[in-house]
Amino acid sequence: MTPLYRRRLLANRWNLAMSLGTMAFGMAFLLWILWVLFANGFSALSPTLFTQPTPPPGSAGGLANAIYGSVMIVLVATFISTPIGVMAGIYLAEYGKDGWLAQLTRFINDILLSAPSIVIGLFVYTVYVMQVGHFSGWAGSVALALIAVPVVVRTTENMLHLVPASLREAAVALGAPMWKVILKVTLKAVRGGVVTGILLAVARMSGETAPLLFTALNNQFWSTDMNAPMANLPVVIFQFAMSPFEDWKSLAWGAALLITLTVLLLNIAARTLFRQTAAGR
Amino acid sequence: MSNSTVLSPSLMVAPSAASIRRKPEPPTRPKGAAPWQDVLFERTTMAFALVVLCTLAGILAALAWASVPAFEKFGWSFFYTNVWNPVTMDFGALAPIYGTLVTSLIALAIGVPVSFGIALFLTEMCPVVLKRPLGTAVELLAAVPSIIYGMWGLFVFAPIFGDYVQPALTKVFGDLWILGPLFRGAPNGIGVLSAGVILSIMVIPFVASVMRDVFEVVPPVLKESAYGIGATTWEVVWNIVLPYTRVGVIGGIMLGLGRALGETMAVTFIIGNAYKISASLFEPGNSIASALANEFNEAADPVHRASLIALGLVLFLLTFVVLACSRMLLAQLAKGEGRKT
Repeated sequence: MTPLYRRRLLANRWNLAMSLGTMAFGMAFLLWILWVLFANGFSALSPTLFTQPTPPPGSAGGLANAIYGSVMIVLVATFISTPIGVMAGIYLAEYGKDGWLAQLTRFINDILLSAPSIVIGLFVYTVYVMQVGHFSGWAGSVALALIAVPVVVRTTENMLHLVPASLREAAVALGAPMWKVILKVTLKAVRGGVVTGILLAVARMSGETAPLLFTALNNQFWSTDMNAPMANLPVVIFQFAMSPFEDWKSLAWGAALLITLTVLLLNIAARTLFRQTAAGR
Repeated sequence: MSNSTVLSPSLMVAPSAASIRRKPEPPTRPKGAAPWQDVLFERTTMAFALVVLCTLAGILAALAWASVPAFEKFGWSFFYTNVWNPVTMDFGALAPIYGTLVTSLIALAIGVPVSFGIALFLTEMCPVVLKRPLGTAVELLAAVPSIIYGMWGLFVFAPIFGDYVQPALTKVFGDLWILGPLFRGAPNGIGVLSAGVILSIMVIPFVASVMRDVFEVVPPVLKESAYGIGATTWEVVWNIVLPYTRVGVIGGIMLGLGRALGETMAVTFIIGNAYKISASLFEPGNSIASALANEFNEAADPVHRASLIALGLVLFLLTFVVLACSRMLLAQLAKGEGRKT
């Protein structure tokens, strides 16, 4: 074995070992975070978590108002963002194609996809909260919807590109107008994929804290009024985890576990659905 | 063109991979012949696409308009003065901008090599059975909400980091000539360095999955010929794959940078929230996002509020430029290899 050959062999082994090490490094952090969440969160999970509103420090309580608020805000945001995202996705894939408007929209959409969520919150604060004069659940929904739209646009467009041209041709040959072809044939063929995009968007929204700080704020009491400040899990976690009270911290861990499980399950569900759609194509 | 695909015998049996990949070209009617419903539908979808465009313009316009009071009072000096005093109403953005840049650079310094390792592992070394689960696991790291990283960072990571890692860093680097001052100071686990380390874990999934995706577009023939003349796996990756995908890799790094710059909650928990620029990375600092998250709701004075919105504008412009560069680089790579998807 010549020295050169030995050196190359060793360099190869060393670098591949490092590569294995980095993979282990990444996985270790994922497992560490999940383990910490379960260790601290499970003890906080109890039926009262879902029935009692958030307590003042020093007394018992749950997260019922925050859970309700989070669900409502995310639900409304989903209803706002889905039509916008799906329609814009249809435009990009079916009409705009490689025209300048579509290319510009695609570019801007990709930037919005990674834009800092806190800036989105600030934007909704200036155009909505500041004009209306008070924080509200609606404002929170608008902020989250702005975060969800790019996700839905992206997946819808990508999914529509998967539909073979022959399917469209068959529909057009039967005399269907384009709008019917798109809605009843093309979009229907990739329904699963579009739902994947919506699920991913919901997952992304469920964990977002920063945009809600300046829009929905928080509410210590049970409130179903979307036009008033509204409790939600992420902001409750932020407030409770930073507080000096042990029972608040414990509730924060419980809320953190709830959110993470929801987000991870939604992600895994979306991936499974996507694989089925892509396999069926 | 579409005729030939319909007639080709292989397609009569089952759609081939090629027909799925190829960009579909739906038939078009002659102009003016479309029924009014079609025109209406096209215009509606276009309107929604315009909503996306207007969002970006709206963000820029609204933030610029709302930060006018701050710029009126401080002018350009807002960007380079290091003062943040709500009592005397004196605001300068230097400290938060510095904190944002330094934490993001630390994140990249750690995150990029690790992401490269992960992408290398996933594309070249990983057994096929494990490829999908491990790839998904890395992406799940991106799905974990920012605030969870913050809690974990504050309660679990920071104490360990302060007790073991920071003293070790001081021991190793503390006496060096230039690097030394960076790693000296009270090891309390909270500060600019800790925030950078946590950010690095948060950007790894983004950078790693872009790198993995671009590594996978390298034509197998290129790699096979390198292996054929006796190159080792490492030599193939370093001398063939990396140069071929250079543009895409840089695009991925920029994407990670864009993410790191705007990351809010995790940084807010762990950076310490102090408006100062210190030589030591162990000292607490502040980033634009964490300053906003901490102060915005308490800011009652219009100038204070406008200054914070101006910080937001700076952050948005910063990430906009970085992300735009990232997209252009990735698009350039995609153009070079022909249309994917």
